[in-house]
Amino acid sequence: MFRRHLLSLALAALAFGVTAAQAQDDFIVVQSTTSTQNSGLFEHILPMFQDKTGIEVRVVAVGTGQAIKNAMNGDGDVLFVHAKAAEEKFVAEGHGLGRADVMYNDFIIIGPPVDPAGVAGMTDVVAALTRIAETQAPFASRGDDSGTHKAELRLWNEAGIDVQAASGTWYRETGSGMGATLNTGTGMGAYVLTDRATWIAFGNKGDYRIAVEGDARLFNQYGIILVNPERHPNVKAEAGQRFIDWVLSDEGQAAIASFKLDGQQLFFPNAGG
Amino acid sequence: MFSLGDIMAEAFGLILTWDRNLSEIVILSLRVTLSAVALACLIGLPLGAVVGAFRFPGRGVVTLLLNTLMGLPPVVVGLFVYLMLSNAGPLGILGLLYTPTAMIVAQTILVTPIVAALTKQVIEDLHGEYTEQFASFGLTARARVAALLWDARYSLLTVALAGFGRAVAEVGAVLIVGGNINHVTRVMTTTIALETSKGNLQLALALGVLLLGLALVVNAAVMALRASAVRAAYA
Repeated sequence: MFRRHLLSLALAALAFGVTAAQAQDDFIVVQSTTSTQNSGLFEHILPMFQDKTGIEVRVVAVGTGQAIKNAMNGDGDVLFVHAKAAEEKFVAEGHGLGRADVMYNDFIIIGPPVDPAGVAGMTDVVAALTRIAETQAPFASRGDDSGTHKAELRLWNEAGIDVQAASGTWYRETGSGMGATLNTGTGMGAYVLTDRATWIAFGNKGDYRIAVEGDARLFNQYGIILVNPERHPNVKAEAGQRFIDWVLSDEGQAAIASFKLDGQQLFFPNAGG
Repeated sequence: MFSLGDIMAEAFGLILTWDRNLSEIVILSLRVTLSAVALACLIGLPLGAVVGAFRFPGRGVVTLLLNTLMGLPPVVVGLFVYLMLSNAGPLGILGLLYTPTAMIVAQTILVTPIVAALTKQVIEDLHGEYTEQFASFGLTARARVAALLWDARYSLLTVALAGFGRAVAEVGAVLIVGGNINHVTRVMTTTIALETSKGNLQLALALGVLLLGLALVVNAAVMALRASAVRAAYA
């Protein structure tokens, strides 16, 4: 009798599972970053694309490093990230077909109002980082090989500072996403380098403010790539390319530009630029 | 920073302004976890019963293994299932990555050792009492396992609930294999993680309260079921 119970349990479980597996076929998976997801950009533009084409876009939002690795495994049709050098390498190694600029915004350094390193208002990011290192003011880094982390490491490199040597002291690697790092950083009174979109959308700012902004070196470019269908036959090349074409079209670019939060535009389209 | 009152108010607010998005997330959470627990019971109950009721060479090792696997980190299970289901992995052809099915598979792996190890303990204790009866009836091994599982059914409900608790609360595995895709694989725990990373701490906590409420409903339902079954049995 118990076995009959087990059998019905199993059938129920399988029924659950099968309905799950029968998901509709008309969708693509986009490997993307937390900044585009957490800011709400995708929720703003994807319904427009879906209304037009009937193609559902499923976004997996992880750090750029992980997104690229997932795409290398063929676990996605389109890659939409922000680390130009890594993206070009991805294409050069044959994992993706072409790369196009989509949009940009910029990075900023946020800091506590007491400003222990005295960098508030600076526009030279390298000088600001140098001062943070000199005063050994706490700095929270993503430490997760994301696009933002790569950008941050590039800037430390330009400042000639070996942050690895300071890791665990004033330089603290959270090894997590942008939001988690902002939560940790604001909690410990640390400076944090973040993309502006995530910061504007972030709900736990406390008394933190933008300390450093406006340096050309803080430019943050987003790019889009179709995962190579020759290497991964499962890639939905046609639907993926339609999405890319739409994002790069006047209509897609206008959709990106129209996404505002607190009256501020978060991403600036620059396809074909 | 936040008062408990604010959080409870937000949680009630969530319930009052219940929308399709929230239903979707709650239903998917239940669907994934209940399926995983059912599958885990299907494997774990007989497995645990066999290990509990019989002496065989290597029994100690199997017990040790089951007990150790109770501590499987969800992230490790998630990674393992990801590597299996990835398009670069051996089962990539199934196209299950980033689907609820993948989440069910991961949670099943997570919960099965818990069900099996606890079942083993329950059955072992019960078997001690039944040994002579079984001998006098001359029951086959299969019939013994079935009889033990049936007679221990109420204790085993608690075992299933322990598995449910583990599965419904984990985030590490479902995040990796599900991808936390809006409207597709987003469940309660991944939503809580997402809202935390957006800095919406109060909303995240309110969702946590809601998740606990959900677990309470499931537990209450099982207890009621059990009570009415017991009444029926002795009526």
